[in-house]
Amino acid sequence: MKAKRILAIVLAVLMVAALAACGAKTNDSNSGTASADSGKKADATGGSVYWLNFKPEIDETLQSLAAKYKEAKGVDVKVVTAASGTYSQTLTSEMDKSNPPTLFVIGNQQGVKDWKDYAIDLKDTAIAKELNTDAYNLYDEDGKLVSIGYCYECYGIIVNPDLIEKAGHTMDEIKNFDGLKAVAEDIHARAAELGFDAFSSSDMDDSSSWRFTGHMANLEYFYEEKEAGGWTECPASLTGKYMDNFKNLYDLCINNSLTAPADLATGGHDAENEFKTGKAAFFVNGSWEYAAVSEDVPNATMIPYYCGVEGEEKAGLNCGTENCWAVNSKVSEADQQATIDFMVWLVTDPEASATMVEQLGIMPYKSAAKSSNGFLNDAAKYTADGCYVMDWATNYQPNVDEYRAALVAALNQYNADQSDDNWAAVRTAFVDGWAQQYAAING
Amino acid sequence: MKKGLFKNPLRRWGWLFLGPVAAAFVIGFVWPFIQGIYLSFCKFRTTSDAKLLPTIGESLFGNYQKAIADPSFIHSFWYTALFALVSLILINVLAFFVAYLLTQGIKGSNLFRTVFFMPNLIGGIVLGYIWSMIFDGILSHFGTSILMESKYGFWGLIILMCWQQIGYMMIIYIAGLQAVPEDMLEAAKIDGATKSQTLFRVIIPNVMPSITICTFLSLTNGFKLFDQNLALTGGQPFIIQEGGSVIKTTEMLALNIFNTFYGSNAASQGTAQAKAVMFFILVAGLGLIQLGYTRKREVQQ
Repeated sequence: MKAKRILAIVLAVLMVAALAACGAKTNDSNSGTASADSGKKADATGGSVYWLNFKPEIDETLQSLAAKYKEAKGVDVKVVTAASGTYSQTLTSEMDKSNPPTLFVIGNQQGVKDWKDYAIDLKDTAIAKELNTDAYNLYDEDGKLVSIGYCYECYGIIVNPDLIEKAGHTMDEIKNFDGLKAVAEDIHARAAELGFDAFSSSDMDDSSSWRFTGHMANLEYFYEEKEAGGWTECPASLTGKYMDNFKNLYDLCINNSLTAPADLATGGHDAENEFKTGKAAFFVNGSWEYAAVSEDVPNATMIPYYCGVEGEEKAGLNCGTENCWAVNSKVSEADQQATIDFMVWLVTDPEASATMVEQLGIMPYKSAAKSSNGFLNDAAKYTADGCYVMDWATNYQPNVDEYRAALVAALNQYNADQSDDNWAAVRTAFVDGWAQQYAAING
Repeated sequence: MKKGLFKNPLRRWGWLFLGPVAAAFVIGFVWPFIQGIYLSFCKFRTTSDAKLLPTIGESLFGNYQKAIADPSFIHSFWYTALFALVSLILINVLAFFVAYLLTQGIKGSNLFRTVFFMPNLIGGIVLGYIWSMIFDGILSHFGTSILMESKYGFWGLIILMCWQQIGYMMIIYIAGLQAVPEDMLEAAKIDGATKSQTLFRVIIPNVMPSITICTFLSLTNGFKLFDQNLALTGGQPFIIQEGGSVIKTTEMLALNIFNTFYGSNAASQGTAQAKAVMFFILVAGLGLIQLGYTRKREVQQ
């Protein structure tokens, strides 16, 4: 009987030991900064950095930069990337953990509204002193510098000039919407004979729809903003005055394309590849595509969204950013300092900033590397020629995910059947949806 | 003396064996559940700084009022109810039919059982994407897509769920069918019962326990469905209402709660939480009612 009792005790001890082992294991995998923390305790001055990144395409670069920084300065940098389109979910849950991100992204006014209490005032910090412009910074209504831009980008219509010439046209013909329309429609009409088409596919799945609901929609917002003399905060409603111009360009895009409009809803056409392989002459996208595109289309250039607005011959590209750093106000001061040091290193170290610039676009910092991105240089050229920059009024989209989802659904119906009724629904989602989402957030 | 020796250690050390499981249950289920209920009365951005509604001058049930006033929630409720009902009937009838066939001694029935069971092993998101490709591959010939009409989305999801769940329910039914006593069947045969009489009067009353469990599973599965819904249609198509608000016609309850939680502002996270609590009460209540109802029809041997 005694043996039984001993056996019971042994088993119980074993079970507790096993549980303890499990517990230790979960701790490890749950918080990658656990080791950094213990390091911190040993060295009271050193903090650690945890960057919650929102662009999957630059994850690899950031991981290697983090490793380099650790090598150079001995400070732990953890970079976690949220899966495409899930940044706000990831941020919400990460912020709740005991090791929240020290560095995260607040990319637009909506983000400022949601997260300003979690961000320190960056005014007069070491990183703010490195900036060469204030244009890409975000402030809250009290004038607190919530987040600062670390790069800016541009978008528009990417063109393959070689194909335009092959079709018997020149780039000089495309100086406004009429020119663009004439060229695109001519190419589309002769697509079979030429072996390529005008526009690459404008898929409406999640991996592509933002090019239209986020980017192209900007032309409507921008001209409204321009007329209103600039927006400083999200307007409660839109007038929809330039919806016809949006329709002009959107129609041109879906009706003169490799893919029939009705087939766009579920996507899967890989517009980038269509452009790279010379199957399409136009590709609606942004400067971040330069690296991917320039290898196959070395002459690729970017033109503004021509949409039939008066005076658009003087339009430039859409320049702006959603890449804005914010530093968490709810972590230790040592961590905040370590984070700011890391940011400064990223924008001043020649090698690190060169890597960042190559991936992200121009960095608006005094000592950052210069960009070799052809599209961004196009943007600079337009500005130098006295054209107006179309800023990213899109960043004001209220409740952006829901707003865009409704727009996608409406555009899907319209793509399948381009009737006036369906366009009216697009207009409702575009204009009234804005007011509705604005009220949902602020009401 | 002997008895005492055997009993005492159990009495003394029983908590050591129960403790870990109880702790895991509390940490993994009871505590989040209580916190979830608490949060449904709060306004919060992250769960660690939730504020009770009365402390910020709103009514305690404010989140619940907002949830009920939300037309998309009501729509998704009826849509989910319809879906659960249709899928419940189809899945169980087909699963029973397949199980019945495969217990008739057809050649290679083991192979069929395996093949029918396999879809159940694929994750919901993957299935959703695979089936959206299949459906669109067909529908694109007609110049449309599953995202275009609510009825495509509805039946698409039904087909997907049938495909996934029938195999699983079939296994349960096969086990039930094999447990029907041989002598009872023989007696029925000797009494001159026809095949259908045997089926309805003898077999089905005897597999009632399996029917209970299968209907319970498919009913709650239907209500809790999330990933397949998200991946297949994501709620599309939307009805764009006057004034810009939208109703996502193929959005089910769980997806509606998810979208409310992540969709907009801090106030709506409390609303989503309130929806989730109502959702729990609904699913639990339905499950219990259904269990009670089918239990009564089980025969004791």
